[in-house]
Amino acid sequence: MSKIDEIINGVLAGNRRKIAKAITIAESSPEEAKNLIASIYPHTGKAQIIGLTGPGGAGKSTLIEKMVREYRRRGKTVGVIAVDPTSPFTGGAFLGDRIRMQELSTDEGVFIRSMATRNNPGGIAKATKDAVKILDAAGKDVIIVETVGAGQSEVEIIKVAQTIIVIHAPGLGDEIQAIKAGIMEIADIFVVNKADRENADKAVMDIQAMLQLDNKEKPWTPPIIKTVALTGEGVPKLIEKIEEHWQFLKKELLHKRSLEKAEAELIEAIKEKVTSSIIEKLKREKRFEKVLQQIVEREIDPASAAEKLLNQELE
Amino acid sequence: MQSGKKIRVLIAKPGLDSHDRGAKIVARALRDAGMEVIYTGLRQTPEQIVETALQEDVDVIGLSILSGAHLALFPRIMELLRQKGLTDVLVFAGGIIPEEDIPELKKIGIKEVFGPGTPTEMIIKYVLENMQKRT
Ligand SMILES: Nc1nc2c(ncn2[C@@H]2O[C@H](COP(=O)(O)OP(=O)(O)O)[C@@H](O)[C@H]2O)c(=O)[nH]1
Ligand SMILES: [Mg+2]
Repeated sequence: MSKIDEIINGVLAGNRRKIAKAITIAESSPEEAKNLIASIYPHTGKAQIIGLTGPGGAGKSTLIEKMVREYRRRGKTVGVIAVDPTSPFTGGAFLGDRIRMQELSTDEGVFIRSMATRNNPGGIAKATKDAVKILDAAGKDVIIVETVGAGQSEVEIIKVAQTIIVIHAPGLGDEIQAIKAGIMEIADIFVVNKADRENADKAVMDIQAMLQLDNKEKPWTPPIIKTVALTGEGVPKLIEKIEEHWQFLKKELLHKRSLEKAEAELIEAIKEKVTSSIIEKLKREKRFEKVLQQIVEREIDPASAAEKLLNQELE
Repeated sequence: MQSGKKIRVLIAKPGLDSHDRGAKIVARALRDAGMEVIYTGLRQTPEQIVETALQEDVDVIGLSILSGAHLALFPRIMELLRQKGLTDVLVFAGGIIPEEDIPELKKIGIKEVFGPGTPTEMIIKYVLENMQKRT
């Protein structure tokens, strides 16, 4: 068996070493990654994918640790991908998100991977999407992606998620500006973390004020959840909201599918009705027979004949 | 190294040390040399260190220890690495490790031991040279 086949089989069997190797391929060998993803793709699409973004220091990694514990309590396996920026000057990166998740490392039902952006926004978005697919194919029930919500590239990364959580915390200064610029619109759920701090309610109000500026009618209104990631307070409620959003998406999708199905059926029915009524009328008026004769005698071709008849009919 | 591949390093602190200044200095220096450094904080068990190395698919592990528990903890780490098949990972150590313990550590597979105050350039050079040899 070739090395890549071994990795593919390993991923599908949930082998942790092979999952890790596969993610390295996704990060560093685009050509190999293409084959790898093509092979595992039929086994993807089962995981629930959650994106968590917000300014550095808001408590994303700490919150993820508590979310993972809650999902584990509910019997789910979890994958975590924590993305941090690469230094634009040296190409190196300090990946410290695991500091907050130490104890999860030895849980067989959890797989955590740190990724650097590698100064290639499009590339990291691709590599992160591939890493999500790898964890999905490996059978993880829930996959959480953490990014620093700063720029457009992070917005691109987080779009791999079905449910996007934008997190903020009091005491981060003007960072609410960063939330306004671009990531406000993509939030399905807002979290105000560090609710143990006194200015938490002010942060909630700021977000509410911004949401009110946007008065478009929407089928889903993003809720604002207060959490204390250090203690886990608010986390079960957050998970409930994620579940609600998941159900909402499913209903939306079902609704969209039934609309599409109804449309196809309606078009079919109209076609049948229109065709038979026009043909009947043409036959009644003997024009149908006449044109048939002309076609047989090569005076006119069938397509032109149809057009002529219909033009008269639809005038 | 092929162009798309970055050197990934885990800087880990096994045992009960109460600060990690030295480890962080090394971590930052390796980052500034263009590597991706996974840092996991204080008080790691051997199991946590090896699982982290496995999930992060690192090329190098740097173990930093001040407490004097290296002879108790390092053999366990090396044994777990072997059990999990991570035999191609380069492992070095740093911190406070007496001269006379170094042969024992090298015997169990720790490739190099850096004493306190080793210039970070030396560690960078060591890692880069060893990674070069691989390819
Ligand atoms: N007071 C308080 N501190 C928190 C809370 N959540 C996280 N922190 C602290 O905030 C800092 C940044 O947390 P981290 O999870 O690394 O943030 P990230 O950069 O968004 O991933 C750490 O020192 C955490 O201990 C919280 O709910 N309350
Ligand atoms: Mg973080």
